[in-house]
Amino acid sequence: MNPIVDREKGLLELEKRISELRSVNASQPVDMSPEIAALEAKYQQILQEVFGSLTPWMKVHMARHPARPTSLDYLGALDRFDELHGDRQFRDDPSIVGGFGLLYGRPVMAIGEQRGRDTKENVQRNFGMPAPEGYRKVERLAHLASRLGLPIVTFVDTKGADPGITSEEHAQSEAIASCLRAFSSARVPIVATVIGEGGSGGALALAIADRVIMLEHSTYSVASPDACAAILWSDAGKAEEAASRLKLTAQDLERLGVIDEIVPEPLGGAHRDSASVVARVLSTIDAAVTRLAALSPERLLEERYRKYREIGSWPA
Amino acid sequence: MAPTPEWLRIRRGADAEARDAALWSKCPVCGEVLYRRDLAANLYVCTKCGHHFRMGAYDRISTIVDGDFTEVGADVAPGDPLGWSDKKSYPAKLASDREKSGLSEAVVCGFGQIGGRDVALGVMDFNFRGGTMGTVVGERITLLFEEARKRAVPALLFTASGGARMEEGMLALMQMAKTTAAVARFMEGGNPYIVVLTDPTTGGVSASFAFQADVIVAEPKAMIGFAGRRVIEQTVRQKLPDQFQTAEFLLEKGAIDMVVDRHELKATLSRLLEYMTRRAS
Repeated sequence: MNPIVDREKGLLELEKRISELRSVNASQPVDMSPEIAALEAKYQQILQEVFGSLTPWMKVHMARHPARPTSLDYLGALDRFDELHGDRQFRDDPSIVGGFGLLYGRPVMAIGEQRGRDTKENVQRNFGMPAPEGYRKVERLAHLASRLGLPIVTFVDTKGADPGITSEEHAQSEAIASCLRAFSSARVPIVATVIGEGGSGGALALAIADRVIMLEHSTYSVASPDACAAILWSDAGKAEEAASRLKLTAQDLERLGVIDEIVPEPLGGAHRDSASVVARVLSTIDAAVTRLAALSPERLLEERYRKYREIGSWPA
Repeated sequence: MAPTPEWLRIRRGADAEARDAALWSKCPVCGEVLYRRDLAANLYVCTKCGHHFRMGAYDRISTIVDGDFTEVGADVAPGDPLGWSDKKSYPAKLASDREKSGLSEAVVCGFGQIGGRDVALGVMDFNFRGGTMGTVVGERITLLFEEARKRAVPALLFTASGGARMEEGMLALMQMAKTTAAVARFMEGGNPYIVVLTDPTTGGVSASFAFQADVIVAEPKAMIGFAGRRVIEQTVRQKLPDQFQTAEFLLEKGAIDMVVDRHELKATLSRLLEYMTRRAS
């Protein structure tokens, strides 16, 4: 399964041992503090060894970690959030969650891709892979925000857009293409944060933004490593190799100029201290929105155009 | 068939026609063996069953424009931003595709006339890296839309693409954002945009500028979709019907405006451009 979860199992043993010793220590006259301290030091050392420097492939698994904070954790931490539903045409897609919210008192349109936190929810939310209806909901909310002058705040967390039969029948391509246009033309500040896995066009549909933030161990890729390996080498088993070549880590993407800012995570990943990671992300977003809100819509659009115009291009 | 225009003769090399005359192709649908010369004369449509072969970008341009064609962005050349290498290095893959296709990249962009009307024309070519979009394709298409906006002429794109180019990673994905921005600006200025989806159009190209056009035309039986057939079959674990993701299927589902036989294409595009060209009000 997830190798990060496997590695955590070893640490869990040690955690249990430490807490046992602590409770024994409290009820006994013999002082075991030195033993406890030694174990804690060992724990920190292992944590550092295991998680101190993650390979790109390990980061992919960190981004997919079942306990990693999801979009709803961020939306739930806003001062207020009122969800809006549906694409007005066909269906409400549970893999997209969006609506009005208050970010540090400021009204915003907040939209995120939502994977499940357990198997049951994953099935209900299609493993966070939005269907065309989901992207049409995103597009609708983006247009609404643009009309009302509400900044758009998005949370990216998907392996990719749903590749199923009905999604093709309902024109997945058109749904994503229209989303891209809506974000490209929205007359309000847009701040996108990649909180988990950013996979392909299905991620980009929520990520054309004036400021793009990534969590330290999140990934953002032209295709998921599994899909890339299947496409290039017809062998999904070579996903690890693809992960190392794709330059999908936040650090690589900052160097390539694809993203603007990285929010650090605690050693071992965001899920080790979800509340503080969520708070740190929200305050980073707020700072960006505050700066961007000072710009006129014309200036905002011009700068957004230039930003994407210049990514990966050469001096004329 | 109309004589080969001068620009195309120069592009393809003086001996291209003689080379073509000696070659033959087998129709992948009906198995008919066709002389390349006859196939070219019939717009690369099988003379027996009507199968539409994939067309090279310059062949396509020569069958669509009235006469002259002036390229833009031809000097934009690919780099190797990720330093990619698998069985071959990315620069080596590019070199072998240049050799194979006679193209410098997967799209040719420029200006010409169709039915006497100026048009900005971009044509993708599946023979170069499967028509995938990397930074050069994105830059050329962006330049085309920017220049078309300045000149206030309609835009026409022929798409053929396997999607975003893996070897350029996220910089390839970002071309979806970049081209979208250029297309959006162009269209917001009131300029019309027509796309012709040809076999195959998928992934990052179908999910960006291909499906942003005002009018979407497709060639018969062209395979068009977001996810590739193999990916879908693996996901849903069932065999897909033959008609799935064909132009005709998309027409029935309401995703495109029309399916047009290649022999009718130029006339159809001329009529569309006539309706859509801006009038002084």
